[in-house]
Amino acid sequence: MTEPKPPANAAASSGATKASPSAGTKPVASGGTSSRRFGWDRGALARRVTALPTPVKWLLIALFVVFLYALPLLEIPIISTPDTDFGAVLFTVASYVLVALGLNIVLGYAGLLDLGYVGFYAVGAYTVAVLGSFQAHLSWWMLIPLAVLFSTISGLLLGAPTLRVRGDYLAIVTLGFGEIIRLTALNTEWLGAAKGITQVPRPPSVEWFEIPHLQWDGFTAFIDLGDTTKFLFFGVADQAPYYWLALTVIFLVLGADRMLRRSRVGRSWEATREDEDAAELMGVPTFRFKLLAFACGAFIGGLSGALFASRQGFINPESFQLLLSILFVAAVVVGGAGNIYGVTLGAIVVGYLPERFRGFEEWRLLVFGVALILLANFRPQGLLPPRRAKRAIAADEQLEALEEGTARV
Amino acid sequence: MTLLEVDGLCVNYGRIEAIRDVTFAVEEGAVVTLIGANGAGKTTTLKTLSGLRKVRAGAVRFQGKDITAMPAHLRVPLGISQSPEGRRIFPGMSVLENLDMGAFSRADRVKTRSADLERVFTLFPRLEERREQLAGTMSGGEQQMLAMGRALMSRPKLILLDEPSMGLAPKLIQQIFSIINDIREQGTTILLVEQNAMQALRIADRAYILETGEIVREGTGDDLVADDSVRAAYLGGDV
Repeated sequence: MTEPKPPANAAASSGATKASPSAGTKPVASGGTSSRRFGWDRGALARRVTALPTPVKWLLIALFVVFLYALPLLEIPIISTPDTDFGAVLFTVASYVLVALGLNIVLGYAGLLDLGYVGFYAVGAYTVAVLGSFQAHLSWWMLIPLAVLFSTISGLLLGAPTLRVRGDYLAIVTLGFGEIIRLTALNTEWLGAAKGITQVPRPPSVEWFEIPHLQWDGFTAFIDLGDTTKFLFFGVADQAPYYWLALTVIFLVLGADRMLRRSRVGRSWEATREDEDAAELMGVPTFRFKLLAFACGAFIGGLSGALFASRQGFINPESFQLLLSILFVAAVVVGGAGNIYGVTLGAIVVGYLPERFRGFEEWRLLVFGVALILLANFRPQGLLPPRRAKRAIAADEQLEALEEGTARV
Repeated sequence: MTLLEVDGLCVNYGRIEAIRDVTFAVEEGAVVTLIGANGAGKTTTLKTLSGLRKVRAGAVRFQGKDITAMPAHLRVPLGISQSPEGRRIFPGMSVLENLDMGAFSRADRVKTRSADLERVFTLFPRLEERREQLAGTMSGGEQQMLAMGRALMSRPKLILLDEPSMGLAPKLIQQIFSIINDIREQGTTILLVEQNAMQALRIADRAYILETGEIVREGTGDDLVADDSVRAAYLGGDV
């Protein structure tokens, strides 16, 4: 999420080279089509950014990262949520982003529709809660690896029998999985049943120093020494530290995702998604790679659930409704399955908008629904489509242009 | 030497028998063709050989080794490669990326990449011109070339070609068949499935005719071309 420009630019430049054979015939028309389909010309800004010298680019990225970390302190009007603690909202958004990045591996890369992703989230959260306060009192540093381990194992257990079925069937089986996890938690005393689990351990705090927030008066900002965040105290009232923790985890996941995507593993996922039989004919052990995608997704989902539980301090089965799975899928699809910047944006939309408009009471769901419908209509490939979708659109235009100017072929 | 032996192969789709007791052999260095009408079981046979279909009865041996139950992805490193029916290229990948997928199973693919690509580009110069193009946007003929080139990237001992001439213009069909000949001359054994019987028989060392899942005739390509009943049934009567 540090540099959303390069992929956009790649599309623009590949679009430009793609269009070049036909450019002689109808350059204006094809340019017009592209900006109409994408809604606006993202290429221009992207080109300008890529043209900058490397040190400047790194500086911009660094500034952006600092800005992201500083967000809860800046108290920027309009962006900040008037009705809820902004740090808490930022954490929620960050945990959605994390979940979306995990689900993107399953759905965007491997092309497996998982409608029970909340199950992994729940396994992560319950591991921390049950082993941290309810049945044992392990240290938080032990709980996170255990949560990730258990959610990954549950991913493998779910995937091993079910990944042999394809498409719709997989969606139904995973849907069932999410509900099984929730209902098991609801009906098992050992797991807290309907009452849930309280006193979930929080991340260990160190209290080094205090950072003041800003306060705005119109367009002037003041440093408000009366409103500070203790670094790094994980309490109840001020939730900015949880956001910093989640943001750090996101950066780590983004790095790992990038490595995976560019490796042989990423290529295998892409081939499997495009044509499973053909991938098998290339010597790709498709089942193993689908299982790996599931495990990676479960890993990240469990991690996000574990962070959620340690922020919340209290969990019960109500926190892991089917609706949450649907929201996760919505985040990935709205953003653009397969594009990490896209799904990040999608998660921000899905996680942030309902919080920002909490003041609208029941109306906010209506507004949210309308926003989703509009997006599905006008940007069916997502806010930031993945490379393949952009290339396919570029190719369609190229074909259209060729058909219009058949004389040249 | 016999490269591939197929012995009493039976394959079902549910309760329907797709092929029944199919027995044939492919000698190393030969072009062997399976011809027959739609639904005769040609594609099923190839899919079974590459491991995409489960065998009900019978055996498949490659270089003397029983591979009847081996999963598809393990057959590629052994030296069996398929250019599937309907091309089945990866439409969202570029030509080059498709070819790289073809070499997926080779441990030394990085070292041999340029040599392998050169071989493919020599056979199919068209692919070199289009190397950056998105495979899904190419013409049928180009996609067919890509499917064959991709299959060659694994340096197979045996290449299975499923209907390479399907849906192509006559001029292109000529070109594809002459390339098949080139591939053979480079030392790759070919098992060719075709509806275009005349062309297939002309280049085949050995040919088998499939009818409703069973082999009904076999012989050298030349024999079958000369045979009157074969001509009547598969070559459009008195050609």
